[in-house]
Amino acid sequence: MSGFLAILSNPDIPFIRMALLAGVVGSIPFGFIGSFVVVKKMSSIAGAISHSVLGGIGLALYLETVVGFSLLKPMGGAMLFAVLSAIIISVVIIHGRERLDTVIGAVWAVGMSLGLLFMAKTPGYGDPMSYLFGNILLIGRSQLIMIAVFSAIILIAGILFYNQLLAVSFDADFAETRGINTAWYQIIIMLLISITVVLMVSFVGTVMVIAFLTLPPAMASLFSKRLSVMIGLSIIFSILLSVAGLYFSFIFDLPTGSVTIVFAGALYIILRVVNTVVKRIRMV
Amino acid sequence: MRSKLKEDGSLIRVENLSFAYETEDIIRDADFFINRRDVITVVGPNGGGKTTLLRILMGQLKPRKGRVLISGAQSRIFGYVPQYSTMDPSYPITAFEVVLSGRVKNFGFYSRADKQAAADALEAVGQEDSGHKSFFELSGGQRQRVLIARALAPDPEVLILDEPTANIDAEAEKQLNVLLKKLSLEHTIILVTHDLGFVNEMTTRVLCVNRHVKEHPVDSLDDGLIASAYGRQVKVVRHDHDLHHHEGGAE
Repeated sequence: MSGFLAILSNPDIPFIRMALLAGVVGSIPFGFIGSFVVVKKMSSIAGAISHSVLGGIGLALYLETVVGFSLLKPMGGAMLFAVLSAIIISVVIIHGRERLDTVIGAVWAVGMSLGLLFMAKTPGYGDPMSYLFGNILLIGRSQLIMIAVFSAIILIAGILFYNQLLAVSFDADFAETRGINTAWYQIIIMLLISITVVLMVSFVGTVMVIAFLTLPPAMASLFSKRLSVMIGLSIIFSILLSVAGLYFSFIFDLPTGSVTIVFAGALYIILRVVNTVVKRIRMV
Repeated sequence: MRSKLKEDGSLIRVENLSFAYETEDIIRDADFFINRRDVITVVGPNGGGKTTLLRILMGQLKPRKGRVLISGAQSRIFGYVPQYSTMDPSYPITAFEVVLSGRVKNFGFYSRADKQAAADALEAVGQEDSGHKSFFELSGGQRQRVLIARALAPDPEVLILDEPTANIDAEAEKQLNVLLKKLSLEHTIILVTHDLGFVNEMTTRVLCVNRHVKEHPVDSLDDGLIASAYGRQVKVVRHDHDLHHHEGGAE
């Protein structure tokens, strides 16, 4: 532990500190939005969005290297594709003209494929692993600022619209009878999911971000009767997991994203078993 | 529009209304009215257009033809009570939060008045002690009452209940009957139900919906009426003091 703390306070090794801050700050929107993803059973939608962002990352890398257009940046491209995916899926949900699962699958696979194609055509860049599975070396000061700003935006939007999001996610038909614009709130939740997903791509990667979005709220749901309590616990679990993931990856010299998700999966199983046993004992 | 409704005294008037999702009409040439304090029972087979008709009344669907005249704003006049069986039982929400969501607006936080209205609505349905409990830990009858409280929270003129006796036991059904009788003194009630025994005493008018909408007198709730509404032979049998209906085959 002392070695880890020494690294954190070492001014010559900023990336661990940056990753820790990114994990802690990013945990707030993740706990918040992830709770809505879990209660609305939208993990496949979030999965499609998170995988599709690889297309935007590939596009940004291609434009920067081949065209010389460097304004988009990988995170900007990721955000662009995430928002586009969210809008496409929202339109299908609202209008219901296509099978939702088909569209989710298409967004998921087409986005990833585009990313791999762009990267294949980007000279000097043929390895998408950092974006697929995360790489904390990608977290710089500018990205940390971006994570902080978007986390604040998501948190403010989440608090402002909390009552509406709860009413719509619990019973959209009833909310509609009360004059609530449920389509608008459907789009808001999708946009919030898309922004949230992009924030932690560098930390855990596009492939595993869905687990980081859903496992902490799933753990929190074991101990909460109210959505607000679930959100609070989920944020706490997310922070614990990101810190623990970073610590264990440092100790055992392993990829941070993978360690974080394996740790989260193991903790969820333990909590689920303990919760079931305690409930059965109480029933006896 | 409103003056016309005031002249004939009705609260809702449906004129020459037709609705189609694709090309085939689900509702065709419906003409009927609803007066204040009416207790309307809506019967008809599944797929006959009962739910569609309710959704048109509540403004969720636009008719292909005809119109709905309502005395008051559509979103304020109706309090809708759906079947709780369609809800996700793992959703983390307390009974009080469910009722409070009846006061939700397009933007903004709940006021003290909203919270008081929710508490009053819970008390009105006899569930004031259930507010802090998880909604899905309540019994079927309690959940139904909490959903009625949610519908009552914004103080609607009309209560619309979709199959209120589905998924509740006989004792809860009796209590619900008593509650609805009490509520019918101050509200117009529209009940969609297959359980005719449940509504027989309080119903003022019957609407049979099977693409066409036909009104029947209350005392005509018998085998012949039900058979014509359902488009097949349905036997109505008396169980003790209650009337129930049974179909020959699966609906």
